[in-house]
Amino acid sequence: MTDEDDRRTHPAWDTPRRLLHHRLFVLGLMLFAIVAIAAILAPWIAPTDPNKLAMRFKFRPPSEEFLFGTDNFGRSLWSRVIWGARLSMLIGSSVVAINAVAGTLIGALAGYFRWLDNGLMRVNDALMAFPAVLLAIAVTAVLGPSIADVIIALGLVYTPRTARIVRASVIVLREMEYVQAAIAAGAGHGRILRRHILPNAMAPLIVQLSFLFAVAVLTEATLSFLGVGAVPPTPTWGNIMAEGRQYISDAPWIIAIPGLALMITVLGLNLLGDGLRDVLDPRLRIQP
Amino acid sequence: MLGVLIRRVLGALPVLAIVSLITFGMIHMIPGDPAAAIAGMSATAEQIANIRTDLGLDQPVLDQLWHWYANLAHGDLGRSLLLGIPVMTATLQRLPVTLALSAYALVLTLVLGLGSGIVAALKRNTWIDQAAMVLAMIGISLPNFYLGLLMIILFAVDLGWLPTGGYVPLWQNPIGWLATSTMPAISLALLLAGLLARITRSTMLEVLRQDYIRTANAKGLPRRQVVLKHALANALIPITTVVGIIISLLISGAVVTETLFSIPGIGQLLTQAVLNRDYPMVQGGLLLTTALLVLINIGIDVCYALLDPRIRYDG
Repeated sequence: MTDEDDRRTHPAWDTPRRLLHHRLFVLGLMLFAIVAIAAILAPWIAPTDPNKLAMRFKFRPPSEEFLFGTDNFGRSLWSRVIWGARLSMLIGSSVVAINAVAGTLIGALAGYFRWLDNGLMRVNDALMAFPAVLLAIAVTAVLGPSIADVIIALGLVYTPRTARIVRASVIVLREMEYVQAAIAAGAGHGRILRRHILPNAMAPLIVQLSFLFAVAVLTEATLSFLGVGAVPPTPTWGNIMAEGRQYISDAPWIIAIPGLALMITVLGLNLLGDGLRDVLDPRLRIQP
Repeated sequence: MLGVLIRRVLGALPVLAIVSLITFGMIHMIPGDPAAAIAGMSATAEQIANIRTDLGLDQPVLDQLWHWYANLAHGDLGRSLLLGIPVMTATLQRLPVTLALSAYALVLTLVLGLGSGIVAALKRNTWIDQAAMVLAMIGISLPNFYLGLLMIILFAVDLGWLPTGGYVPLWQNPIGWLATSTMPAISLALLLAGLLARITRSTMLEVLRQDYIRTANAKGLPRRQVVLKHALANALIPITTVVGIIISLLISGAVVTETLFSIPGIGQLLTQAVLNRDYPMVQGGLLLTTALLVLINIGIDVCYALLDPRIRYDG
């Protein structure tokens, strides 16, 4: 057996190897990568200012000159959609980061310390009782219509859902024998949570966060489309589609292209999440 | 049975209390002076002062909180600044519209989702199963307003079969209602049907593996009877809990669908309220909708207990 074989069969490579053998996961990863790379490379692949007006070019259908066509102000949709991807990725990853930190913290505290559980979970349940999009709309109405406010609103709406998932894992893990052994050995609460409980609660959290990314991107687009998200002319996909609504019969590409970008992103992340769940958390697997 | 109902109602009370507290606190989370924010850019100092007195924002917060709950107890949620009518009246006027649309979408969701999920489970690993699951994945990933817009382009603009939007009350003209509600209902239902189909399929597969299914097959019961009576009846139990989530998503979805298709329901009412900084309407509408959802979920839990005797008899 060569060194290379040895490395490939090492247990640490097990999860990545199984993920790469999951065909739908790879498809999802590719779809998501297209959008993420476009977002990162935006200044180079779409150098035209997404808000640059050019009335003489308005309503050009997709062509060689204007890859995705132009809108009612002659703005390049290629630029607007690519820069929109950047905003979607920024908002999605920020909401995921908020959830990863706050959701883990709240879930771990509620699950580990019984005396905190009741209070934290009642507030959590109350926040989850609101229909998600309605609460997000109401919070942006209160805070204001900037990208940062949208991120805060989505963080507030979705963190309770993440906290609940972390709490559920922590409650189960807390009763495990190795945790009891750590307590008996005199480990402090902080050490037990960090070293023994949270690493084992990661699998369902990672799965949740990949679906959450999709939901955050989708809800942000919904808010923009309703006119309560980032103010126009900010090139979010929802804003582009909302502005295109008036010209739906003459210039359907203004709606069709950003919508397709949104769908590719959400589909990619959903496939990614399905794959991660199959590999990391087999108990929840949707039967093959 | 009654025990389940009482336990669930008691459990919902603290949730509703916190929900109403959050809704109350919303107006105080507005950065700066809420009265000035509501009045808008061009308001005079006098207009701002009027709004402050009207909404009681000049009183101590605890007094305001006391009034909020005292008024809630009387079913008084304040007055819409935009419409000039009580928030309760405005909400109750729009509620039937949203409920009718949601019910239509829910029927489509159940038929499509349960149907394709069951067929996919029975025809596991055939092309039918794969096609159903690919469709379900696309349904889940298709934003409802994008689907709505695509349907408008195809069926309203290009083919001219259906109107692009508008609303005809169900009880005045059922055919007209069907014409104006079909596209919105489909755009709402497809995502949820995808969700339901995936869950139905995996639950059915789980149940079909059980010993009692093998026994039922072994003793020669007709396939149809095994599937419907032994498998589906048991698969429905976990599926019922998902229906609560589906209804919540349905109400969320209705917000954008109603705005897209110009349907005068709760969603459109609240979107207009947000865009016009009509905070009493936002607060009241949000609170009423959430309370309604909590009630629906209690109803679902009771159904759950009816379906599953194990829950009924657990203390």
